[in-house]
Amino acid sequence: MKRLGLIAIMVFGGLLFSISFELPDLGDARSPASTHVSPYYIEQAIHDTSVPNVVTAILADYRGYDTLFETAVIFSAGLACFFLLRITDRKAPKARFYRHLATGLTLRVEKGGRLPEDTKEFERIDSAWVPSDVIINMTCRLVVPFIQLFALYVIAHGHHSPGGGFQGGVIFGAAIILYAISNNLRRTLRRTSERTSALLGSGGVIIYLGTGLLCILLGAGFLNYSSLSLVPGLDPVSARSYGILIVEIGVGIAVTAVMVWIYYNLASAGKLDEGL
Amino acid sequence: MEAITTLIIAKYNYWAVILLIVIGLYAMIAKKNLVKKIIGMNIFQTAIILFYVSIGAKRGATLPIIVHAHGDAAHAIHAADYINPLPHVLMLTAIVVSVATLGVALALAMKIYFHYGTLEEDEIQKKIMDREPDKVATSGEHL
Amino acid sequence: MASLEGVTQHLPAIIVAVPLLAALAVTALWWFSNKLCYPLSVGAGLIALAASAGLFQQVLSYGVVEYRLGGWPPPWGIVFRVDHLNSLILVAVALVSFLNLAGSRVAAEKEFQEKVGAFYALYLLFTTGLFGILITGDAFNLYVLLEIASLTGYALIGIGSGRASLSGLNYVFMGTIGATLYLFGVGCLYVITGSLNMVDIGAILPNLWPSKVIVLAFLLCLGGLFVKMALFPLHGWLPNAYTYSPSVVSSLVAPLTTKVMIYAMVRVTLTIFTFDFAFNKISLQVPLVWLAVLAIIVGSLMALSQQRLKKMLAFIVVAEVGYMVGGFWLGNRAGMSGAVLHIINDALMTLCVFMAAGALSFRTGDDRLTSLKGMFRKMPLTMGAMVLGGLSLIGVPPTCGFFSKWYLISGGIEAGHYGFVAALIISSLVNIVLFFRCFEIAYFEPFSGSAGHQSGPMEPDDRSSTVVEAPADMLITLLTAAVLLIVLGIFSGQIVTRVIHQVIPALTG
Repeated sequence: MKRLGLIAIMVFGGLLFSISFELPDLGDARSPASTHVSPYYIEQAIHDTSVPNVVTAILADYRGYDTLFETAVIFSAGLACFFLLRITDRKAPKARFYRHLATGLTLRVEKGGRLPEDTKEFERIDSAWVPSDVIINMTCRLVVPFIQLFALYVIAHGHHSPGGGFQGGVIFGAAIILYAISNNLRRTLRRTSERTSALLGSGGVIIYLGTGLLCILLGAGFLNYSSLSLVPGLDPVSARSYGILIVEIGVGIAVTAVMVWIYYNLASAGKLDEGL
Repeated sequence: MEAITTLIIAKYNYWAVILLIVIGLYAMIAKKNLVKKIIGMNIFQTAIILFYVSIGAKRGATLPIIVHAHGDAAHAIHAADYINPLPHVLMLTAIVVSVATLGVALALAMKIYFHYGTLEEDEIQKKIMDREPDKVATSGEHL
Repeated sequence: MASLEGVTQHLPAIIVAVPLLAALAVTALWWFSNKLCYPLSVGAGLIALAASAGLFQQVLSYGVVEYRLGGWPPPWGIVFRVDHLNSLILVAVALVSFLNLAGSRVAAEKEFQEKVGAFYALYLLFTTGLFGILITGDAFNLYVLLEIASLTGYALIGIGSGRASLSGLNYVFMGTIGATLYLFGVGCLYVITGSLNMVDIGAILPNLWPSKVIVLAFLLCLGGLFVKMALFPLHGWLPNAYTYSPSVVSSLVAPLTTKVMIYAMVRVTLTIFTFDFAFNKISLQVPLVWLAVLAIIVGSLMALSQQRLKKMLAFIVVAEVGYMVGGFWLGNRAGMSGAVLHIINDALMTLCVFMAAGALSFRTGDDRLTSLKGMFRKMPLTMGAMVLGGLSLIGVPPTCGFFSKWYLISGGIEAGHYGFVAALIISSLVNIVLFFRCFEIAYFEPFSGSAGHQSGPMEPDDRSSTVVEAPADMLITLLTAAVLLIVLGIFSGQIVTRVIHQVIPALTG
């Protein structure tokens, strides 16, 4: 099996190698890929959409339908991880453990009893618990807000520089995940609950899809942002530009939320805390 | 000699892609560990992403963000000055897809690990045979 | 504001947007109430069905419908392109997914409990992906939608523990290889044509025919889709994936995935590469038909050796894929029409038998063939539907299965390919054996009480004489599907002459 696979793959590789000589050279400006469709984008994007970053213009407008479903793919992945891993019918544990922060003593509370979760003196100890480390905690506390600010910049500045909803969303999600790693999952869940991330995830995609459907209601085709020019003070071209911005924000929200959602389920193997 | 150098410079991107494809596929077929297979799958997808991105390159061109976009109306835009943006857009989608697939594959691998206690395919196969001897494992079980 | 006329103009967008919106809404609302998920999903399914029927009507009266997304003209923007071929399959897919959805409530709640909202959302996303694949006119967009359908499919199939996850992961590996090969093929096409629009590529390609790159692109696209549709040597992922998944899932995935992939093959071959290239310029026709023959034989024989109902049906699906691939690659009008007709017929037949199997295992808690004992008395209506589905798969005249098989066989005779004809007949004979073995167990052997299973979910009354039918909604949708098999059979001739012949080029006569 192993050897047979190796031979088959080598034959496949050899076939590809022999055909590579027929493909256009690297960096050839006269190759069909660079001369048929793409020059239109480069030359007209700025006139059509008023967005200097051509990649953003294509991503969110010319091929905006692809991107809508790209966001839906991410959303499906979050939903799929949740669906596969999340354990919903966990029985309440026999006993809960709480550590008194000042003394380091551990309390064992039985028969379903529990201390209030937000108490300052005790912390809950379970499988999601990580011993806290001052250096890591402080460093991340310093770093996280800047990462988030940078993420917002990347989302908002996607029109003029490399960036956009996906990139910014991933950075924002990474900031929250960094917080979860440096502190612990339970504290992160109190700040950004699973429900919040799921709602934001679907909300972000709804923003995108809703913009598309709004365009139908305004009398143009699906995702044709130029119809947003019914808003006073907008011409069709800048309407497209704003449409792209709205859509990118939706993508950013969805990607952030879904990244966090996937992390929650993968990192805790679907346990999170008891029940939904 | 010079002809060979020119040839290498003109085609090396495809050869790198082919090498990655071969490595990825081989890992998926020959490796017994499920996580290694997942890694192979990712290498394979990355190879295709690299293929597309390398198509977009143009010698002497810069990244596709129009300079002097607003204000300077007399400034003409030449397509030859900017690299092809379309493959980059397409690959943004493909990257997202490969991340999503990776997430789902890892989730499934975790489920398998919790159920069988191992990620080695032959050991899982043995456990299946032990638990359900009446069912012969069919060809679907191994790739 | 949009009037009715405005709505009909936007039908192609509605078909994909409404299920997607419903999926998102279900995910959001489900955190607040579990009760809304089912009605919302069924509503979306119904709207999609109505929209696809409306679109079909439009195509019949006005011809090809083109819808520009974002208002951009074809080679630059993405377009939906709906012709007779995909509008017909669109209706079938919408119908199958709606019927299965409508009948899924009780089983889904039992199977997924609190996660039922996520199930409905994934279900709707899956159908959105299929609609998108069917409707799109853009080669790359097809890949994106393919991944939506696959990802949700992986999750739905891998939900069970143990072997379900294992077969789900294998499906992930094979599915990713398939989709990525297709993506590679599209990349090769893009390198030499510079376009992604199917019609545009189709117009450019004839000028480039000597190029080897086209052949490579063709092989890659086709190979990728073959993995996805589980054509014989690449079918390894399918049987286990369909066997170990929950029955609500398998009765969704089994009828639709492989058929939509076959549509994708037809579309890619005819629209992108064009008939002339695929059948005259390169000589793949003969090996592909023989591959299909092998698929039919192997699928049928493997089905014979199975002890579990769902696994047996899964291997029948493998054989059916061979029918359609072989019929299409015969390259004559009868064979291709038969293949296209068989896509919709097979979607319904597979739905019918998988739903019946789901209903049976819902009551018995097991899908071994031995647990069918006494089922004709216990669940007469479910078994009746099963009989109809079985007869259709065998190819008995009033049911639709007969007509597509008739076209396929006459196509085979016309092409002089007697191997294919023989394979079809052998497979029909095997299907007779398969189903009559089931019916025999179910009819003659008395119900064995609770001996086969301990404390199964059987209702309190176990006596063999009592009728314990499946839940009403499950039963109604199942019977609808069964009746549709006959209705479709009656209209088969019309469908072929009025719809399918519009797209299949009249070639060899």
